[in-house]
Amino acid sequence: MKTKLIPIVLGTAMGAAATAANAATLDDVKAKGFVQCGVSQGLPGFSNPDAQGNWTGLDVDVCRAVAAAVFGDASAVKFTPLSAKERFTALQSGEIDILSRNTTWTMSRDTSLGLNFAGVTYYDGQGFMVRKALGVTSALELSGASVCTNTGTTTELNVADYFRTNNMPYEIVAFEKSDEVVQAYDAGRCDVFTTDASGLYAERLKLSNPGDHMVLPEIISKEPLGPVVRQGDDQWFNIARWTLNAMINAEELGVTSANVDEMKSSENPEIKRLLGIEGAFGEGVSLSNDWAYNIIKQVGNYGEAFDRNVGPDTPLGIARGLNALWSKGGILYAPPIR
Amino acid sequence: MSTVDQDTGEVSARASLVNDPKVRGLFYQVLLIAVLVFVGWSIVSNTIDNLARQNIASGFGFLGNTAGFGIIQALVPYAETSSYGQALVVGFFNTLLVAVIGIVFATVLGFVVGIARLSNNWVISRLAYAYVELIRNIPLLLQIFFWYFAVLRAVPDKRDRWSFLFDTVHLNIAGLWLPRPELEPGSSAVGVALLVGVAAAIAMRIWARRRQEATGKQFPVILTALGLIVGLPLVVFLAAGMPLHLSHPVFVEEGPILRRGFTLGSGMNLIPELLALTLALSIYTASFIAEIVRAGIQAVSHGQTEAAHALGLRNGQTLRLVVIPQAMRVIIPPLTSQFLNLTKNSSLAVAVAFPDLVSVGGIVLNQTGQAIEIIAIWMIVYLSLSLATSAFMNWYNRRMALVER
Repeated sequence: MKTKLIPIVLGTAMGAAATAANAATLDDVKAKGFVQCGVSQGLPGFSNPDAQGNWTGLDVDVCRAVAAAVFGDASAVKFTPLSAKERFTALQSGEIDILSRNTTWTMSRDTSLGLNFAGVTYYDGQGFMVRKALGVTSALELSGASVCTNTGTTTELNVADYFRTNNMPYEIVAFEKSDEVVQAYDAGRCDVFTTDASGLYAERLKLSNPGDHMVLPEIISKEPLGPVVRQGDDQWFNIARWTLNAMINAEELGVTSANVDEMKSSENPEIKRLLGIEGAFGEGVSLSNDWAYNIIKQVGNYGEAFDRNVGPDTPLGIARGLNALWSKGGILYAPPIR
Repeated sequence: MSTVDQDTGEVSARASLVNDPKVRGLFYQVLLIAVLVFVGWSIVSNTIDNLARQNIASGFGFLGNTAGFGIIQALVPYAETSSYGQALVVGFFNTLLVAVIGIVFATVLGFVVGIARLSNNWVISRLAYAYVELIRNIPLLLQIFFWYFAVLRAVPDKRDRWSFLFDTVHLNIAGLWLPRPELEPGSSAVGVALLVGVAAAIAMRIWARRRQEATGKQFPVILTALGLIVGLPLVVFLAAGMPLHLSHPVFVEEGPILRRGFTLGSGMNLIPELLALTLALSIYTASFIAEIVRAGIQAVSHGQTEAAHALGLRNGQTLRLVVIPQAMRVIIPPLTSQFLNLTKNSSLAVAVAFPDLVSVGGIVLNQTGQAIEIIAIWMIVYLSLSLATSAFMNWYNRRMALVER
């Protein structure tokens, strides 16, 4: 890991001019012909490589959508697996163009790291997983427990706050890679495994007996996860933000990858604007007018991406919950395209 | 070549400045320094510009902010409300702890294996050979993982234990549990006695050496020193009414399952992360030290042994007084490198959740985003540790060097 971090930091230090923040990322991306996307080192459902090295997941789909918007080709993406520790430096130094790696949007990250969050792809919250055999039913019974987690994440801070406010002693065992957290927890080094609830469901699949473990009901934090870009490049920021908005709007308007071609002849003006039949919304983000059409055709709308990667029919089996559209009881809400 | 007139020996005035080796040497050195200064300055100013342009905060002010994260092992007081600076201090001492324990174990093990490698006993020397070849050819990170995960899965879980030494030492997945010595009033006298004992032992050794040089009479230095350093404090300890008690780790077997096992904060707990890391570092570095020791001993000509034997020295004396002192001159410089390697390799702690300087620094880096400042701190600390180690070893080397009269 360090071997990767040092050149990145040196890169920042030397200020590799070509990738500096004020340069137009879009031009760089077009010149090299693909989007360089930072993802996790393997989190099922969000960004996970299969045996052939093909990445799948919700975070991955966001990257593919950006590529579809820019190039009209969702496969024009290259992925850089990053640890929690490396991710921001990799983005700051220009090693990647967009970071889509279950990253929590917080004020300090947004304001003091030279970064901008483009939106929320998944509303998450931190939870706890324990062995069923412990007989624990609530996180408030975890006094004196040892807790395994990742270093360099908001998770680590939340768990400290939670145990401190509830006056419970605890012991934290923090690893750099999530695979090692899972292994240590599986071996019994810790009583509790904590991370974002979505992550708990995903990592549970890697345990030797997933059925022996349960996620406790308490959610102790707000973890809005979303893609991140460098601050100071409004054009690229707009592309990332509106790619996500287009996916959410498409779901709301009932446009899917299956019916997007028929929808082109729809009379609904909102759909017409989304698909570039009416107006020139591509111009605003320096893209072709069918940018959103390409996203939906090749990647699908938000609901499709959710169902395909983390939804009830996947091994993760996560319900839409908060992540349902605002019109369906959730809080997913995208500004209109007009 | 021809700046000096062959006949008169005078320096030719025309070519003097350009061709004068001194002036030329000076010119190139000034040029080199100027280039270095320029490169350094442009790196620094470029960095500052880029940081400002990317809206990334810089400076060391963040060290005073509240850290907010927990650390599993701290030798100095630390809580979540402590500052980032204090967290880094905790990491620094943990690094130091691993380095010191690792160096001691690696040196002892390395010397034993190195000497065993030269043993006349075929089995012992082959075993030592196998150890060296096996261990030094496996990457250190793999060994750390092996000790951590393989051993972690072999020992009992948290609700169970293995006990040793009349139920005083326990081992389970949460680490090694030992009784913790608790000092009582009066214990400071024992410390004073220890210091006095050490001072007396040193004085005794100097006196014994002078006497031997003057009269040739030997004095049982080691036994007497042992008596002074161990015996004296022991007598004071007993006289003061044994001002120390052991607080044993508390093992709970009843109640809710989560509460069972050893209670946090009772006794002394060496966490498995520390055990795995020091074990792996010592065993790995010892394999290199063993080879250095073997090379050092083999570098002493066999004639020296024969000469010593001819003088009537026994085997043990020959090794201690003739061979080892000469071998040490060969051993110390590469040994220093191994100590430095061990210290720097301790940064692999991050892989097994041991909170050393790099691990804690990484967390701080991530929480604050102050990459350049943290990397600078890492560099300064490791550089200082390395320079201190090598300064000490150089001093020792000078002491051990052959004094030519």
